[in-house]
Amino acid sequence: MSAMTKAQTAGTKGNKLINGILVNGILGFLCLLWLIPTLGLLVSSLRERADIATSGWWTVFPHQEYLSSSQVQLIAGLPLDQLITVEGQTLTDDQLRAGYKLPDGRKVIWINRRARTVDVQTQQWTAKANFTLVNYQNVLIGQSYTFTQADGSTKTEQGQDMSTAFINSLTVAIPATIIPILLAAFAAYAFAWMRFPGRKLLFTMVVGLLVVPSQVALIPLLRAFSPGGLDIGGTFLSLWLVHTGFGLSLATYLLYNYISGLPREILESAFIDGATPFTIFLQLILPLSVPALASFAIFQFMWVWNDYLNALIFLGSTPESQVVTVKLASMIGSRGQDWHLLTAGGFISMILPLAVFFALQRFFVRGLLAGSVKG
Amino acid sequence: MIQNTREADKKPASSTAAGGWIPGQFLIALVGLVVVLALLWLGFIYLKGSKTASLLNAVIAIAWGVGGIAALFFSANYLIEALPHKTRNAVRPFLFFLPGVGILFLFLTIPTLITFYQSFFNRDSTSFVGLDNYIATFTDRSMLESFRNNLIWLFFGTGFCVGLGLLIAVLADRSKFETLAKAIIFMPMAISLVGASVIWKFMYAYAPADQPQIGVQNAILQAFGVEPQSWLTLQPWNNMFLILVLVWGSTGFAMVLFSAALKGVPGDLIEASRVDGATEFQAFFAIVIPYIQGTILTVTTTTAIGTLKIFDQVWVMTGGQYGTSVVGTEFYRQFFTNGNFGYGSAIAIVLFIAISPVLIYNLRQLRKQEGF
Repeated sequence: MSAMTKAQTAGTKGNKLINGILVNGILGFLCLLWLIPTLGLLVSSLRERADIATSGWWTVFPHQEYLSSSQVQLIAGLPLDQLITVEGQTLTDDQLRAGYKLPDGRKVIWINRRARTVDVQTQQWTAKANFTLVNYQNVLIGQSYTFTQADGSTKTEQGQDMSTAFINSLTVAIPATIIPILLAAFAAYAFAWMRFPGRKLLFTMVVGLLVVPSQVALIPLLRAFSPGGLDIGGTFLSLWLVHTGFGLSLATYLLYNYISGLPREILESAFIDGATPFTIFLQLILPLSVPALASFAIFQFMWVWNDYLNALIFLGSTPESQVVTVKLASMIGSRGQDWHLLTAGGFISMILPLAVFFALQRFFVRGLLAGSVKG
Repeated sequence: MIQNTREADKKPASSTAAGGWIPGQFLIALVGLVVVLALLWLGFIYLKGSKTASLLNAVIAIAWGVGGIAALFFSANYLIEALPHKTRNAVRPFLFFLPGVGILFLFLTIPTLITFYQSFFNRDSTSFVGLDNYIATFTDRSMLESFRNNLIWLFFGTGFCVGLGLLIAVLADRSKFETLAKAIIFMPMAISLVGASVIWKFMYAYAPADQPQIGVQNAILQAFGVEPQSWLTLQPWNNMFLILVLVWGSTGFAMVLFSAALKGVPGDLIEASRVDGATEFQAFFAIVIPYIQGTILTVTTTTAIGTLKIFDQVWVMTGGQYGTSVVGTEFYRQFFTNGNFGYGSAIAIVLFIAISPVLIYNLRQLRKQEGF
């Protein structure tokens, strides 16, 4: 009896161990897959321009590679259509072009075919860990910079002015986060604790608008902002208003859920003390709702900071007013192969939301859990 | 609650003769409100004129937007508090809900109706064309391609996000490294779709076969001696490579929601099923899945809406070329590149209709909710 139990426990223990390895193994593998893209961007942004263009970012890690150890000078003018003897091996021109592995592990390859010079390479441990911050400088300040090309000549290129875009993004994101929260908190309080005509209908509208795609509102709004209408096209004001409008339904809905769940005794005793609804709102409701307000604030801030379509349509892509996402997208279009600028610029665009995310992850997740109704 | 409010309000009312009407405060408040409105207007004129970005302008803008609204609420409330009691109680809710609801109305409800109306008109909204724009939407070759691609996005994008999200949530739930693993999978949620596009364009970077590859995918192919591919122009598979960006970005969302739902599955229920001899998989499909089906529905609909509205990474990575166009990019193209407002509006309305089942579901859920 007891022996049987022991055997069983041993069995489950073994199973548990195998399960643990299996679970953590698969999880670790998936995490690695998830990390590689971001890691590649970060590592590349710290590498020299020429290094990024000629070798993969993973070569910064120690790895084995064929590196030149010595060179063999063949007779000048040696005919290439015949077999060539190098290091005691008879090879064709094609083999020397592609690189040929000698039996002893070394590799021979043309280094200068015209001058008939052959490079003899051996496999060595190496790491191309040459880190620099110059890409960030070039992508932020926007001055022209000079670099040396592969053939030794120097070339001057225009940098990118991402610092302006960064300030623009802040200018857009901060008011576009706070204004809807303020408006929504007032409205949520009214929906939760006041009775007025049309309350049901209006709240139904709020919930209905949660999933409405912003595309259906873009054309009329853009027209209303044009010189014939409000004449605020291309201003930050227009984008704040748009983000406020698009964020309000979710904000009102989330805050309503929270505020309507507050214990009614607290509010009642405040009323008996003669406080007006406005002071109750400021001194009781707002402080009590801080977790919900913070959750939505982070959610909305990320949303606005990362938004591309609305910023593109309402602010446009002129250098003075474009935000980081628009700037980055235009860089992909105009300098799609300049990975030294794109990787650094990409990282600059995500540094603030990542910092917010890691610092306030709990609030962000809570906002997400509550706000999963939004499309 | 409401009863109590009235009682509390009645007490001071009976002590003051004029029912709470305070002309002095009313006058001051009125002046205050006018001053606030004037300042807001001046700020509006200033901000309208300044399109350059400087730190100073940013600070002014923030003060104007945030401070202006706060001041508006304060002065309007001061005004309302000076009104006679009956009027005060009738007017007060409007102060609270009208600014928010009004903006919603102006920026979403009305524009949606205008878009619907415009979808029956020609490119510059000057003549009525009936259903022509809708007929074009469902017959144009480029639109049909977009619908096909959106279906691929809907099916594979949602499927992978939900499936992988559930898998990772279950694995993380059993792992000692739960917090770390969840943070890693969730991190791309903080990255914009444009940022993700840069990241993945770099992953997909292509160089001819005889040159060193700097993209991860092609380097792997090269290591196995396979010809490197230009992933983003490789039709029709390039749609899948674009979807991969979404999966990388949005699986974290699904995982977080599933993870929270899994914590709510009562442990003794699973324990009881084990005693009855159910295997791990049987317990999962018979108990856990039904238990979290509400979350599965939420995650699936949210992700599905996201795939229908997809625009950013397609526009940035391929511009909708090479057979990757979607409804979002076609909308943008008709609206901006071609300046065809009627056609653009019709596409937007079709998108809206595609999403509307979720809207109806949300409203039904609301009706079940207490108090409404």
